Amino acid sequence: MKPGRMRGRIRGRMAAAIVTAAVGLLGMTLTGCNVEPSPPPGLTLYTEAGADPEAWARVPAGPFPMGRDGVEVTTGAFEIMVTPVTNAQYARYLTEALKAGQVILDGDTVMGFYPGDLFRGGKHEKEYRAGYYPHMPLGDPATRIVRKGDGFAVKPGYENHPVTMVTWFGARAYCEAIGGRLPTEAEWEKAARGTDRRPYPWGDGISPAHANYYHSKDPFETPEGYSDTTPVGFYNGSRYGDFLTVNAVSPYGLYDMAGNVAEWTADIYPMTHYRFLRGGSKANYGYDLRVWSRNSAVPEYASPNVGFRCVRDVR
Amino acid sequence: MRSLTDRLRYLFTSTRGLVLLAIGLVALVTAIWSSLSGPMVEWGVKDFVVRTLGMRLVEAEREGRIITLYHAIAFAVVAVLVYLITAALPMPAQRRVSINGTITVGYILAMFSGLIFAYFGRNWVFHGLFLVGQALLFYGGCLLAVALWPWGQAYRQTDPAYARTRGGVDLERTAFFVMTVSTLGSAALGAIAGAFFGNGFQSFLAEDLVREPVKTALQKAVIGHLHIMLTLICIAAALIIGRWFDFKGILHKIAMPMMIFGTVVITVGAWSVVVTPHAHTIIYVGSVFVMLAALLLVIFGWGKLIRNRVAELGLQRPTFGQKVKALLHDPLRFGALWQMVYMNFVVSGVGIFMAIRLDEIFRVWPHREERIALTGHWHALSFLTATILLCYFADMMGLRGRARQWFGWVLILASDLALAGATVFSMKRLFVTEYGQQAVVNGTMLAIDFGLGAVLVALALLLLWRLADLFRPGGRWARELAEEVAKE
Repeated sequence: MKPGRMRGRIRGRMAAAIVTAAVGLLGMTLTGCNVEPSPPPGLTLYTEAGADPEAWARVPAGPFPMGRDGVEVTTGAFEIMVTPVTNAQYARYLTEALKAGQVILDGDTVMGFYPGDLFRGGKHEKEYRAGYYPHMPLGDPATRIVRKGDGFAVKPGYENHPVTMVTWFGARAYCEAIGGRLPTEAEWEKAARGTDRRPYPWGDGISPAHANYYHSKDPFETPEGYSDTTPVGFYNGSRYGDFLTVNAVSPYGLYDMAGNVAEWTADIYPMTHYRFLRGGSKANYGYDLRVWSRNSAVPEYASPNVGFRCVRDVR
Repeated sequence: MRSLTDRLRYLFTSTRGLVLLAIGLVALVTAIWSSLSGPMVEWGVKDFVVRTLGMRLVEAEREGRIITLYHAIAFAVVAVLVYLITAALPMPAQRRVSINGTITVGYILAMFSGLIFAYFGRNWVFHGLFLVGQALLFYGGCLLAVALWPWGQAYRQTDPAYARTRGGVDLERTAFFVMTVSTLGSAALGAIAGAFFGNGFQSFLAEDLVREPVKTALQKAVIGHLHIMLTLICIAAALIIGRWFDFKGILHKIAMPMMIFGTVVITVGAWSVVVTPHAHTIIYVGSVFVMLAALLLVIFGWGKLIRNRVAELGLQRPTFGQKVKALLHDPLRFGALWQMVYMNFVVSGVGIFMAIRLDEIFRVWPHREERIALTGHWHALSFLTATILLCYFADMMGLRGRARQWFGWVLILASDLALAGATVFSMKRLFVTEYGQQAVVNGTMLAIDFGLGAVLVALALLLLWRLADLFRPGGRWARELAEEVAKE
């Protein structure tokens, strides 16, 4: 065969191989769309909470350095939940709230009343009038809470994981139902970092032993790479098989203030309808877990990466 | 000793040597600093690099570090553009030497001192040198603007094939001049805001501000600065590629006035973001003109590629297939223009879609998703511009034959694959939920990593080839130096 023809044939085969690889990659990507991730290996092995979800910690009144630049901000004294609200706690609340008529079911969405926001007509601002808003989409495969009889139950293994797929309305309603409220951003950050300028609740630097974040290789990461939630208080210095954690508590003894789930906060700012999320989540890189990092979303946003915890005032 | 002097003369005075040095430094910085993010962190490469080089990374300084890194790379890219402009446009030799010398000292000083300040402990001496370097760059830009002054008698366009006024003012030179002056003003816009925030030791990434309902004038100035600087780099690249193709004829005559007008309008639009909420509208108007001018360049360039190759092969009546083959014959020349077309799919198209459906789609997503789309947007624009310049660079460096084919096609296909992956990744929430996204994330990440990796390997091979050449006594570098000396 002539060298020219040979070269042409090689070139043709290479082009065909590249096209096949590209089409294969595209096919694999698209056929995998919206496929539920497989259960993580840790789900059946580690079901207990690493800290008491019913416990509260006291944060004293006083100033603290807020944000990356450490601007001094003062908060009053308050108590905050030691862990995020769990699925079990939220399912119990939903059962009671449904009986008491505090929430209703609209198809497979839990809805509740919200008195509305003050609308100022800012650019991009969306108006929220008094009315019923979604608390939790039960029909979404990512939701860990399901209908059972007259009430609600948790998918097996997820009882002590932080509740997710709960909207800001749903988080707010839960906190009010237990006599508390959502923390303001300042309260949340003070509870996470204390009164010094540390970037993470436990101090400087982050490693997979400290928190559940993207590709942190914990036992709740699925073989395909999906990062699932860990039970609350998982990072308490315990060993889980080969996976060793450090006791990654905040200065006030709080768990999961970085990673696992991002947490709704209470503030409603003028000219905007967004609610702010703190702490970063299992879906974020380590730098998004720094105590001052913020995310924001519309209040009806529900995500497998978002949960909350409550505060209550101290007299 | 003499041979070392000759080599330094090549690297620091000849256009090819200066461009080679700057691209080599950018490649080095990219190779080291890209190991600090993405999958490199998970693989432990970041820890190794930080330990080995003795970097001191304070969490609270991350945003400031990133800003310094962007600037360090941008300075070198601006230097490359200046070298190419001073080589492509007529000007006194002494002025060319002054401009290139000032720019070279400026970017190297700013690049190294900035990175040392940001990543190796905050030594304020280096911060001072960082500012000195930037001041020299700015001064070099002023010298360039003076050298490009288009209304002097010496630079009148005498050839009617090129765009010119009735009085003979060269409109292409005017376009270069307008771009240069716009860049100087836009750099000052950033410098004023930067000095304010810098003195307060504050830094922020613009993508973190987008949802703030009220932004200060200085925050807006920073946002305007970063947008217009990238745009002007793209305009400069398009003008330089036009020179490479010897853009002329009727399309040139239509394109150049549009490029001048578009550049002025976009610049005014970007600056006006500080004072008016209608800045976007002004920018859109300018963009239409600049993009149309670039389209005319593509039409001219592809037509020329086909005509030249068909004539070379002696084909009297070429078929459609033969014309396509002729178009694709030289991947470097084809690629430089193709990447401009591809930019519409992965940058301009996405950007326009985001702008018109902002409230309905993108502002319903959480901020982090919007941030991914925003950072992806300008990374894609920067990367595409870099590949366009690399096509020209590889041609300048004398890449011929099979190596030219391989380098060119790897550059085009791998970069386009990476950018397609990045575009799908950033838009994934349109068609996949957070819970069911893993296959899309894995697939697109593979495409991005493979594409970027292949481009970097191809560039590394090209640079190694030229590095090895520098060790040869009578290598290409010696011929290129002699050629430039003879030309002057």
